[in-house]
Parts: sequence; structure tokens; C-alpha cells
Amino acid sequence: MPEGGLATEASTAPAAANAHGGFWARVDGERWVKRLLIVALCLWLVVVLVLPVLQLLVKSLADDQGGFVGLAHYAKYFNSPNLFVSLRNSLVVAVLTTLLSVGLGFGYAYALARTTLFGRGLLKGIAMMPLFAPTLLNGIALIYLFGRKGLVTTGMFGLLPGVDIGIYGPVGIVIAETLYAFPQAVLILVIALKMTDARLYEAAQSLGASPLRIFFTVTLPGVRFGLMSAVFVCFILSFTDFGAPKVIGGNYSVLATDIYKQVIGQQNFSMGAVVSVVLLIPALLAFIADRLVQRRQVAAFAARSVPLVPRPNPRRDAFFLAYCWLIGGVIGIFYLTALFASLVKVWPYQLELGLWHYHFSGTGGGGYGAFWNSLRMSAHSALWGTAITFLAAYLIEKTRQLHGLRQLAYFLSLAPLALPGMVIGLAYIFFFNARGWDIAGVFVANPFNWLYATMAILVLCNIVHFFSVSFLTATTALKQMDREFETVSASMGVPFTKTLVRVTVPVCLPAILEIGMYYFVNSMATVSAVIFLYSADLPLASVAVANMDDAGDTANACAMSMLIVAANILIRLMYGASTSGIRRRSQAWLTR
Amino acid sequence: MTTSDTSLVVEKVGKSYGTFAALRDVSFCARRGEFLSILGPSGCGKTTLLRLIAGLESHSEGRVIIDGRDVSGAPVSKRNVGIVFQSYALFPNLSARNNIAYGLKSRGASREEIDARVDELLDLVGMRGMGRKYPAQLSGGQQQRVALARSLAVSPGLLLLDEPLSALDAKVRLLLRGEIRQLQKRLGITTVMVTHDQEEALTMADRILVIEKGRLVQDGTPHDVYDRPATPFVASFIGAMNFIPDAVKVQDGVYGLNGHHVRVGTENGSALLPPGSRVTIAIRPEDVLIGREHDSANIVPTTVSAMEYRGAQFRLSLIVHGGERSGLRLDADVAAEKVRRLQICPEMDLPVQLPLNRLRVYGAGEAHA
Repeated sequence: MPEGGLATEASTAPAAANAHGGFWARVDGERWVKRLLIVALCLWLVVVLVLPVLQLLVKSLADDQGGFVGLAHYAKYFNSPNLFVSLRNSLVVAVLTTLLSVGLGFGYAYALARTTLFGRGLLKGIAMMPLFAPTLLNGIALIYLFGRKGLVTTGMFGLLPGVDIGIYGPVGIVIAETLYAFPQAVLILVIALKMTDARLYEAAQSLGASPLRIFFTVTLPGVRFGLMSAVFVCFILSFTDFGAPKVIGGNYSVLATDIYKQVIGQQNFSMGAVVSVVLLIPALLAFIADRLVQRRQVAAFAARSVPLVPRPNPRRDAFFLAYCWLIGGVIGIFYLTALFASLVKVWPYQLELGLWHYHFSGTGGGGYGAFWNSLRMSAHSALWGTAITFLAAYLIEKTRQLHGLRQLAYFLSLAPLALPGMVIGLAYIFFFNARGWDIAGVFVANPFNWLYATMAILVLCNIVHFFSVSFLTATTALKQMDREFETVSASMGVPFTKTLVRVTVPVCLPAILEIGMYYFVNSMATVSAVIFLYSADLPLASVAVANMDDAGDTANACAMSMLIVAANILIRLMYGASTSGIRRRSQAWLTR
Repeated sequence: MTTSDTSLVVEKVGKSYGTFAALRDVSFCARRGEFLSILGPSGCGKTTLLRLIAGLESHSEGRVIIDGRDVSGAPVSKRNVGIVFQSYALFPNLSARNNIAYGLKSRGASREEIDARVDELLDLVGMRGMGRKYPAQLSGGQQQRVALARSLAVSPGLLLLDEPLSALDAKVRLLLRGEIRQLQKRLGITTVMVTHDQEEALTMADRILVIEKGRLVQDGTPHDVYDRPATPFVASFIGAMNFIPDAVKVQDGVYGLNGHHVRVGTENGSALLPPGSRVTIAIRPEDVLIGREHDSANIVPTTVSAMEYRGAQFRLSLIVHGGERSGLRLDADVAAEKVRRLQICPEMDLPVQLPLNRLRVYGAGEAHA
């Protein structure tokens, strides 16, 4: 070769790499490291997901002494009318919520994706508000609006004729759940409405189709998978939610509150397990249907298409302006009412504003200690959750070893989508609290028992609870990277860890931050799983909301919810600032 | 056979996915500094072959020997190969410089050495002064050059190119074709390029390996492959070919067709066929001669049925008339100048000549594509 210098190293290059890089540069070692990591990932998923759920199933088939009783508990469940009625109630709530949130969400998403409406960013922000709040707050806000002393019920404290809509029960639950599911429906539908080929519309217009006909022959068929997905997601969310029915359900029992009542109220763990399984099955079916739909959606949009750019249309835009601000206004009023209520001295008698309820003195729940615990828990969940999720997605997407195990890991990574928080929480009690298991006559002590009632188990539970969505975000980001990056690096003798650090992580940084924010925000707001797992010396803010509300300290509960919302909005703003910073820096990669 | 002059040996290599055999019994070798092109239609197994040589896939049978070392089963990092992918796979968050330096940094070279080497490589691929740019700021051709420089940075013993030019537009492709070839000659680096573009293979390679359905069907120089295609498949895949089926062998060099005797100058495998065998006779459109101005052998009466204008030349669709093979179609490429001079037009009667040293004979058993 004509060049000097390193050219002479050519023949000795692999040997040199070995000498310099030691263990990590030896590629046979690298293959084994990857295999080891994949096996470790599968083992982790088995321990934190499969075994606890199995333990729950076993529990539902056993009596309190651990003896096998078959389906006896299930028979009892379906023969006791007051338990069985909850299943019907849950289904009614879920179906109504799904219809409302997807129906309202479609119009809202259409306005965001397909019109040139002024203030779309703000409207989207308002629609996303419920994501930052515990669902308990939706119930609490409803009480302040439509409860016995609510703003609407008393007609602005007597200024106007009041209306009592009977908020305690199904009406309240459906409104609160619709508020909760609405942003999810909007998010899914906005993506579906944006993923449309403009050429289809041009073709339809050139063929002389009317706008109505275009809507039914192009728009709706184009988003059918998104619509179905939104339906399934909203169904699962409202079917399994615990917070809203806990606050506003009154005597209208649903499955999620039944589990709580059986386990916490009556200490009937077996029946709690049975109700969990009853809750799990429809959620599982909806999950499977959703996955089938998603697969077809990806296939349908594989071809290269031209994005649709909305054009101004004054009449249409005026209609959607009114529509969106009506809905956005309602959402805004909910949270503003809650904010107002948290600041009012004695609702509805002394309307002076102040921070009395933010002292949390004279009420249970744990006050600022609980809030601080929640912050710590959420930060840990965000940190560890992001690391584990990204590594899991990386191993599954970017390695080529152990195909079967990687498929298993992929399946298990999506499974938490089907697991309601209540089910995860209960499964975790059963699994981590067990002293050990009798396996074929041999007693095996539980090596994970020490985790019980620690911060670690709360973090673990959050990571599993919110794993799937984060995992899909990471997988999408990784899929967008060239498949040959790893091969190119390997051909140059660069260890995969170096490419992971120098290329993969920097390129995926926006997705990584998004995952971190998602974990933090959800860990702050969640109540369903952790309500079974927190210990007396580790109170949590969201659980405190539930407990203070239980004790009648609604204003304190409201104030604590406001703290959670504030923390989450702050994190969301920090995320927005850092991503725009990253975007500015990575512009250098993209622009001439 | 392995000598010190042999850079790459592929020996009886096979690869199966379940019951599907992607590659069967492929053997060839490359001399040091040789440019090989693996050519075939998509799905024929040519990329699989390249990935087997690179060590990106493990082969089911056979051996791969690089620089005298049996690397079968060794991972890509131990094979000392440079790879350029169709997509280039440049790291988007690293500048051109850092992309090129990527493999050098983990080899313990000093900063000065790396800088000097990167400058040298940037010069080599004609990208001097462009090192600070990020891949997205470079044109397709420039990205290709950076990818090439990056693969050469670690001084590989073997350069592997996977459809390196297919993502570029036609002009740049022509330019880079020549540049890559020159660079390869200058560095004397043994190179294997996968392509589905016959013209690319013909212009760039010292030798072409034609792959059909996982089998190596011909291994020869561009001249061999074009002028003496081993099978009807090769003949039709590289360039165009007229196939005249159902001729009968009379004796070596003489075939019965349409009641006439067609004489063939050079026999290929057909010399082994016994008289009376059914064969297919083949000729390239540009070899079909117009008019009686040549030797009087192998004259065929035809009528022009259609003419396709192709700029410098016309492709004539001819229908053979007379005899029991009336209606046989034949394509002929004729220079535009000649078409004007002879005033060739549709429906015109046009005797053509099939020059005997341009005819190929294939046994009837070799079904053509």
C-alpha cells in the first residue's frame, strides 16, 4: 500500500486490538457478553413480571392456608350478586367512557392534525393536562363542581339556580374516566390522522368527490387502525382505573375498588386475587386485539407517502375553534376549580384564599414527607426505568444472538400493557411477601423477600407498570437507526459498548429523555399499584391523596394533588427545554 | 489452491435457512489486488455471499480463507475486512472526520497519527477540507466517499462493497465508478463488490461471478461473461440475447434450423452433445448483421415488424419468414446511421446474417430464463 503509518498495522490489527482492549475487545467475549445480557434481561422479566403474576393466579386457586381449591373462589365470586354486579358496572363504565373519549377525542385530534387552527400548541397542552394528575384528582374536582356543595350544584354558591346531576356513582365515574382517557385518545388519533398520504386526497378531489364522501372513503378508512387502537386503550384505562371510582363512585362498585375492598378492607386475599383475574381477562383481550391492529397499521403505512399539509378553511376552522375551546375550556375549568378549592379556606363558606390546606397539619397521609418520598421514588423510577428500558430495547432490537429468547423478551416487554396497576400491586404483595415456596416437597426461601416494604419495590413496580410504552418508544427510536451501524463498528474492531455510548445513545437522546419524563410523571401520579405496596414509614403523595380523601379531608387531598400536578408540569417543562436544546445542537448534524 | 498471491479463498460454501438453501457449493478465489464483482438478480444470494465472507453471517458448509488464514466461524472483527454498505451507515452524530477516525481510536494510535491518517484518507477520496461536515450536510456521493475512507482507515486486507452505488443518481454513479476503480488499483486492495447492475460489473471488475438461485453459474472476466455466457440465464441477465429454440444438431458446427443448416464457428459445451440433440441457438441483438454485404453463410430472410428508437441505435423487431419456423422473432440492434442509409422502415423485407463466430449453442436441458 502506498500510505505509510498505520498501513503496516494491517495484518496485525486484530491482535493489536486484543492487546489494547483486553476483555471487551475480544469479540468472542463480546458475543458472550451479549448472550449473557439477553439471558439476564429474560431472567429479570421473569422475576419482576411472570413469577408475580403466576403467584397471583395460584393465589386465586388456593385457600388462605395455601391448599389447592381449584375454581372454588371463582364459583363463589360468580354466585355472589354484589361482587358480580361490579363486573357489569366496570363494563358499563368502560364502554361509555370509551365512546365518549374516543368520540370527543376524534374531533379534537382532527382539529390538531388537519386544520390550521390558531393556538393548536396551547390546545394540545390543555388536552394533555389529565396525564399529569392522579385520577383521584378528577374525582375530587368533580366533587367541587357537582358535589353536594359544588359550584354547579349550588349555582355558584347561590348566584344562579343550581343543578344536581347526581355525581356520586356512574355519572361521576364516567366523567372522571373520560377526562382521564381523553388525552390518550387524542394522542393516538393525532398520530393516525397525521400518518395519511396526501396523494389519496388529491386523487379523491381530482375525481370530484365531495368533502363528506372524502371523509367516509379516505379519512375514516385511513385512521381505522388508530381508531381501533384508541378504543382498546381507552377501554383498558377506564376498565381498570382505581382512583376516580374510589373518590366519586359512592355505592357504585367496580372491579378495581372491589379488589381494594377485599384486600385492604376485608383482608380476603384470595378473593382479591380472583377479582384481579376477572379484571385482567378483558384487559388482556383488549391488549391482544390492540397488538393485532397495531401490526396491521405498521404494514399499511410501510410505503413512502406524502404528508398531508392542512390548508386554511375559514368555516371549518371556526367550527373547530369553538369545539376545541369548549372542550379545552371544560378541562381547564376542572383543574382551575381544583386549584381554587385547594386555596379556599373553608369551602363553600369562607372563600378567602390562602395556603392553609398546604400545611397538611391535622391530617393523615404523611404531608410533605410523602411528597418528598414520591419525588424520590419517581426520580429513581425515571433513572433506572429509562436505563433498563433502553438497554432492553437495544438488546432486543440490535443484537443478533439468541433469537428465541429475544422474541420472548419482546413479548414480555409488551405484556405490562395488559396488566392493570391493581393487578401488579397485588401480584407484588403475594410474590415478594412470600417467605418461600414448597416446590415438590422442598422449601425454597424467597430470595427477594428483603425487597418487601422498601423503596426498591415501589420503584420496581413502577418500572414494570410503565414498561411497555417506554419500551415501544425506545424500540421506535432504535429502529430508525441504520441496522448496519453495529456491523460497521464490529468490522473496524470497535466494541459494541463504545458504539452504544458514542453513537446509539446520543442519536436516541430525545427518546431517552421522553422515556425518563414518562416514568417520572406516571410514577408521581399513580396510585393503583403502589397503594398495596407502600409501607407506613414510606408514605406516598398519591396514596396520601386517597387516604386524606377517605378521611374527609378533601381540601388537603386536593392540595396534595396540586403539588403532584405542579411537580409534573415542572418536569414536563424541563423536558421541553432540554429537548429543544438538544434539537438545536443536533441541528448541526442536519443542516448545511 | 492457496498461494501467497491469493488473498481470498471461498471453498464449497453453502448457507441454508431452514430448508431453503440460500447458497450452494460456491467456490472461487481472488488474487491479491483483484477486483471481483458478484452479480445476480435480487434474491439470488449474492448479498448473503458477501456477508458470509465478511463474517456477518455464519455459513453452514465450507471454508472462507482470507490471507491464508481460515476465518470460517470467526466474527467480522477478526477478519480484517473493510465494508461499505448500500446505506453507507455513517454515524449521523459524528463529523466526517470522526466517522473516518472511528475505527482508529480504539487501536491505540496517538492523536497526531490519527489526524494525519484522516487527512490522508480525506485527500485520497477527494474530500479535503470537508472533514468538519456532518453526514446530513454531505451529498450522496460525498457520503459514499466518507464511507469508503472510513472502511479503508483501518487498512483492511479485503474491501467488501455491498451495492455501493445503487443509492446514487446516474451521473454521480458513473463518476464514482471510475474513482473507486482507480483508488482500488492504486491501493492494490483486494475488493469484492456485490451489484445487480451488469454495467457496473462489466466496467469495474477484473472478474465477474454470476450467481443464480444460490449457485455460482459463471466465473470469468467481463469479456468471458459477455461474449461466452455459460448458460442462457447468464446470457439473458447480462445484456440482451435472442434465443432460437428447437434447433437440431447435425454434427459439430452444423445445426438444422428452419430447413436450413446453420453453421456455428465455436462450440461451447455443445461439442459434447450427440448429433440429433435438440438445442437452443443464441445470438446478441448487436451481433445480428443487416444486409448481404458480408459472407453468405447463415442468411435468414426476415420482415421488420417494429422499430424502437434508442438514440445512437435502433432495436429492430424482425419476423423470420419462410420454412416451418415462420413467425420466429429476432431482435437486432442497428446503428442509427445504418438505418438511415438503408432506409429501413417497418414492413420492409430485410435479410439478416447470423455470423457464425457469434452464435452460442445451449443444450435443450438448460432451460433459459
